[in-house]
Amino acid sequence: MTTGAFAAQGADLELVGIQKRFPGFTAIEHLDLKIPAGSFFALLGPSGCGKTTTLRLVAGLEEPTAGRILIGGKDITGQKPYQRPVNTVFQSYALFPHMTVLENVAFGLRRRRIDEPVAKAHEALRLVELDHLAARKPQQLSGGQQQRVALARAIVNRPALLLLDEPLGALDLKLRRQMQLELKTIQEEVGLTFLHVTHDQEEAMTMADTVAVMNKGRIEQMGAPEELYELPKTAFVANFLGQSNLFTGPVIGSTSDAIAVAVAGQRIVVPAARAHRHAGEVTIGIRPEKLSLHLSAPADDPARNSMGPGRVIDVSFSGVSTQYLINVPRVGTLIVFAQNMAFGPVAGEGGEVWVSWDIKHGFGLEDEPGDLPKFDADTTTRSIAAQRRASLITELEEV
Amino acid sequence: MRISLGRWLLPVYAVLALLFLMVPIVYTFIFSFNDSQKSNITWRGFTLDKWLNVCNVQNGAVCEAFGNSLIIGAVATVAATALGTMIAIAIVRYRFRFRSGVSLLLFLPMATPEVVLGAGLAAQFLSVGVPKDMVTIILAHTMFCISFVVVTVKARVASLDPALEEAGRDLYGSPGQVFLRITFPLLLPGILAAALLSFALSFDDFIITNFNSGAVTTFPKYIYISASRGIPAEANVVASAVFILALVIVVSAQLSAAARAKRLAKSG
Amino acid sequence: MAFAAFATTTSEAEQVPRRKSPVALLLLLPGILYLMLFFLTPLVSLLLTSFQAPSEFGDVGQYSYAFRWENYVQVVTDYLPHILRSFGFALIATVLALVFSYPLAYFIGVTARRWPLAQSLMLVLVIAPFFISFLLRTLAWKQILSDESFIITSLKAVALMAPDAHFTGTPAAVIFGLTYNFIPFMTLPLYTTLERLDLRYLEAGSDLYAHPVEVFRRVTIPLSMPGIVAGTLLTFIPAAGDYVNASRDFLGGPDSQMIGNVIEANFLVLQNYPAAAALSIILMTVILIIVSIYVKRAGTEELL
Repeated sequence: MTTGAFAAQGADLELVGIQKRFPGFTAIEHLDLKIPAGSFFALLGPSGCGKTTTLRLVAGLEEPTAGRILIGGKDITGQKPYQRPVNTVFQSYALFPHMTVLENVAFGLRRRRIDEPVAKAHEALRLVELDHLAARKPQQLSGGQQQRVALARAIVNRPALLLLDEPLGALDLKLRRQMQLELKTIQEEVGLTFLHVTHDQEEAMTMADTVAVMNKGRIEQMGAPEELYELPKTAFVANFLGQSNLFTGPVIGSTSDAIAVAVAGQRIVVPAARAHRHAGEVTIGIRPEKLSLHLSAPADDPARNSMGPGRVIDVSFSGVSTQYLINVPRVGTLIVFAQNMAFGPVAGEGGEVWVSWDIKHGFGLEDEPGDLPKFDADTTTRSIAAQRRASLITELEEV
Repeated sequence: MRISLGRWLLPVYAVLALLFLMVPIVYTFIFSFNDSQKSNITWRGFTLDKWLNVCNVQNGAVCEAFGNSLIIGAVATVAATALGTMIAIAIVRYRFRFRSGVSLLLFLPMATPEVVLGAGLAAQFLSVGVPKDMVTIILAHTMFCISFVVVTVKARVASLDPALEEAGRDLYGSPGQVFLRITFPLLLPGILAAALLSFALSFDDFIITNFNSGAVTTFPKYIYISASRGIPAEANVVASAVFILALVIVVSAQLSAAARAKRLAKSG
Repeated sequence: MAFAAFATTTSEAEQVPRRKSPVALLLLLPGILYLMLFFLTPLVSLLLTSFQAPSEFGDVGQYSYAFRWENYVQVVTDYLPHILRSFGFALIATVLALVFSYPLAYFIGVTARRWPLAQSLMLVLVIAPFFISFLLRTLAWKQILSDESFIITSLKAVALMAPDAHFTGTPAAVIFGLTYNFIPFMTLPLYTTLERLDLRYLEAGSDLYAHPVEVFRRVTIPLSMPGIVAGTLLTFIPAAGDYVNASRDFLGGPDSQMIGNVIEANFLVLQNYPAAAALSIILMTVILIIVSIYVKRAGTEELL
């Protein structure tokens, strides 16, 4: 046990061949992961993808079925949670209701018999700007304040690794933004390693240095936020991080620079460096904001792909941009975000349009095209309802 | 993570503890089949005789006492449930003066030892000159059951969304109709639980009864009186029958609730 | 269940509704009048009776109103051992019932959460003793633990008990009976709080470097305090006033008589109503003082 001493700084975390099975299902198939010391790492994924299980394994609240967990090079797989140099900010905050805010924050210090627990607890509370509420009980605080107390209670112990389990999920949007900023500042200030679990892609992208997208117990892709967004490797990543237009077709030509794919009879070019597969059936994609709308067939341009004609089936105005849904025969529905540079929509519902994009913006996926989920505009109310229902069902099954 | 008092220690302890609780019940049940003479202390062989001829001993004293207990339990339960339910609704739904006084008046009977309740009522009946009989027992039982009814029903009323009644009013229900068609059916499980609790409390009460019964004998009082000269096996028969009946009711209620929960989970 | 509600009446302040209506009075009046008539006034007549003096030319059992406070001095000098014994026995039985019940309630309420059916069946077993007359259960123990019984003869055979010792009729037997009879009253409120115990608090404790024993002491116990308070009160109060277990026909003997036995004997046999009333008033007052101190302490400070 790390009695009486703080971790000097954040340590790196390494998961080697982790597998976790629960009776009836496998939460994590096989996970290898290395998080460098001092980084802000986000595990992003939908509910039930195994991200919270990963976090609980690191905290010691679950035991892995197979594999090892190392912190700072030291194997801690067999250690109990109270022996690990790791602290968690719980999703529910789990602030002890029978203790004051100050007692909550000093709890971990006292257990480790660290000198001057009260003074250190006050200091941590000052860091989150809540020292004036030290004598209150947690129930008397607002959600945002409770969240900050939970954070203070964790970081006061100076753990080698700080685990954040959807800590902002219960807050409203404005407070969430504010807390995101605060978390980031505190991380820079104290220099700990943060492992942040979330299902909110925007939160992961704005806060983390590195994001790992998890799905069905595996890491689909890992990298810097921009990299994941600009060059998604799988259809899941392409649609979980923002939205994408995906097309499937055979490769009909390839050079060292680019490949050409036939999509419903139209020739689409993707840079070879941005495509993971260079032969056979492939899936390629383009982000909706990269598309330009045309009211007539665009002139041939070797630097641009074009597609059309299609019909506008829906226009929704959202202030900064306008979202168009366009049905292209034999291709399906495309989604286009157009900046509102002029007044009013460029095209009306039912109008005939073409789209084009810069060849440099396209990407090619690694997935087998066979089991591709067809493009899913997850902003429609129906699909949100379907997702909500699916998550409710998994939740009910867990209970 | 659960506190591991050793993986097996806790389950083993729980099983032993539950078995311990069952010991005197099993004993009573077994001795209802004892071919006993006057006292039912030593085992004299198995017989079904006592179960088949419960009412034949001592001119049916056991059955008479049992019958008295049933009548007292039924009347006291109806009275206490009605009075207590009304109070519970008033406490949860309305604002009134002397609120803390009312709460105290409801809490005190539960915090008063039965011997004090019994002696107090007996002192009152004595000073007013009321003869002690079945009526005084019923009055006493109703009194100590009211508080338990209030706490049981209150929990149910509090969990009832007031919006349901408002919706009833919004959909053209008169106050009477709203109570009859919405409030009452939704409260029914709580009221039934309170009634069962009242009946159980009344049926098993001895201490208060002993002070206020005069010459009337209830089932517990019969046991108390007979304890010095030996309890006939017929008393064990009655107690065992009541036990089995209660157990069947409770277990089947639990099983059907579990089945319902399972079906609900499946359909979701 | 009523036991859970008992816990909330003692600890949490309830929200006061806003609606005011004459209906409230109509709903309250019958029940409140009933309680005033058959609970409050009896307490007053008990108080009055406790000061009564024997009628000048009356028979045994005839008393007239007076202010004879010497009655109290008299009963305390006569029955001090019984009074002390009652509270002592009740205290020991309460502690024993708590120690017996806590692990059982923890197992049913926390460990068995994953199996709801097993959980509810175990609860049925806990309340099963309620379904059979409490006097018969006590008599059953008297016979199971009598001098000729298998248990006692075996204990004597292996020399764990002196050959001429008895169990029934001793203070230990009375405490045993009190403990057994009030275990369900202890287990049920403990179960209701433990069943709602949020295990995430325990996880947080262990995440914050607390050893399982410390988590239990600093998190589990304080969070189950409402159940502990309700359970100990529901056990202590009836145990202090009980006279069945201590009765000579049940588990008691000459040196294990409790205050309840004395009240019963004075009221129903000796017809010394003032003495019985004075003892009742003493019993009730002491219990109310203990309860209010206890609830206040448990409510505002950590007991551990």
